[in-house]
Amino acid sequence: MPNFDYEAPTSLESALEMLARPGEVRPLVGGTDVIDQLKSNRRNADIVIDLKRIPELLNIEANGSGLRIGSAVSCTDVHNFTAENGGYPALSESADLVGSIHIQNRASVGGNVCNAAPSADTIPALLIHEAIAHTVSASGAREIPLIDFFAGPGQTVLQKGEILKELVLPAPSANTASAYLRFIPRNEMDIAVAGVGSLIEVDPSSGVVTKARIALASVAPTPVRAYAAEEFLEGTVIDAAAIDETADLAVGSAVPITDVRGSAEYRKELIRVLTKRTLNICLERLA
Amino acid sequence: MSKKQIKTTVNGVEHEILVDSTWTLLETLRDQLSLTGTKEGCSNGNCGACTVLVNGKSSCSCLVLAPEIDGREVTTVEGLADHGHLTPVQDAFVENSGLQCGFCTPGFMIATTALLSENPHPSENEIRLKLAGNLCRCTGYDKIVRSVQDAAERLSKA
Repeated sequence: MPNFDYEAPTSLESALEMLARPGEVRPLVGGTDVIDQLKSNRRNADIVIDLKRIPELLNIEANGSGLRIGSAVSCTDVHNFTAENGGYPALSESADLVGSIHIQNRASVGGNVCNAAPSADTIPALLIHEAIAHTVSASGAREIPLIDFFAGPGQTVLQKGEILKELVLPAPSANTASAYLRFIPRNEMDIAVAGVGSLIEVDPSSGVVTKARIALASVAPTPVRAYAAEEFLEGTVIDAAAIDETADLAVGSAVPITDVRGSAEYRKELIRVLTKRTLNICLERLA
Repeated sequence: MSKKQIKTTVNGVEHEILVDSTWTLLETLRDQLSLTGTKEGCSNGNCGACTVLVNGKSSCSCLVLAPEIDGREVTTVEGLADHGHLTPVQDAFVENSGLQCGFCTPGFMIATTALLSENPHPSENEIRLKLAGNLCRCTGYDKIVRSVQDAAERLSKA
């Protein structure tokens, strides 16, 4: 471990003052990524700022206009809250896939976003639910559409002294369903070889898709949207042929690498299969 | 590096201790409080040998910084039995031979205690899924699953 100081501010104001200090200032919530990265010298720190004692960051609430998730809310709490309140099934199931129960109890969804792994399970679900990242620093606040939040593997657009304050998701309209699936070679506790989140809004009288959002994990340097697939699906009547065509188009948005988890070709095929499956789950959820 | 004075309750006992800001909870438990029941396996959150409860929630103590537990309650395997009387979870692991070398056992007992407090009657699939964060290289898991099922029965009769 590098030698670092530790602070646990109890207000956002004092946290922002500490975050603006010189040197490598490392925010901490669950620590399930950052403590491992510090131990293995993949990230450095002069000071670690534990954000878990700041009440605003621990808040999760839903109302008619949407869902607000404080950046320190654990995966367990996000899963339980969304499972109970409904409306964001892809998010609920993805928060239940991150690591083990012990990891989910500690790791926050906000931390999963800020760690910016291309394979992060909660990010496609947040992208299809059109999350806005609300950030804050001593010099002001920003609202960043989540798709613009990532700059590369492990890299975000956060500036020095700036932290994610909350994720804000609009309320899905009626007749909307979402789903997230990932492929791993075992049943649990692994990193996605590929992942797909899909959201569709369907006009119940005509079967026409009025909104489509598809996001992919582990097939590009950042999580990506499958824009061509979305554009094709919107305005079409969703049936097996349309789902096949959508899945083919989603593959075109995948630019994977070959690594120990899978070859580029295999990952592309997974995107095709998982896109079909998530769309079919959405249809089941709408039925 | 700096020292932090923290107050924490471990297995019902209050401690006021000075911890290094870079120590993990695992190091503080084992090296400072001599609670060596909690084991170090992988040190990165994969194996679950170091599982403890922090405010009732199962956590990998290798991925918790010691100063984080200021004001929090920690339960280790040493805190399960009450004055030498094993808990139903511990009895079930003994009776069903839910262990061989024993290195993963403290983590499994803590994880099982947490699982059954939230879900008193898990299915076999739920047990295997929810305990996936705890690795055992000896048993092949079947006897651990049977131990958890038996523990659930014992707790429902208790």
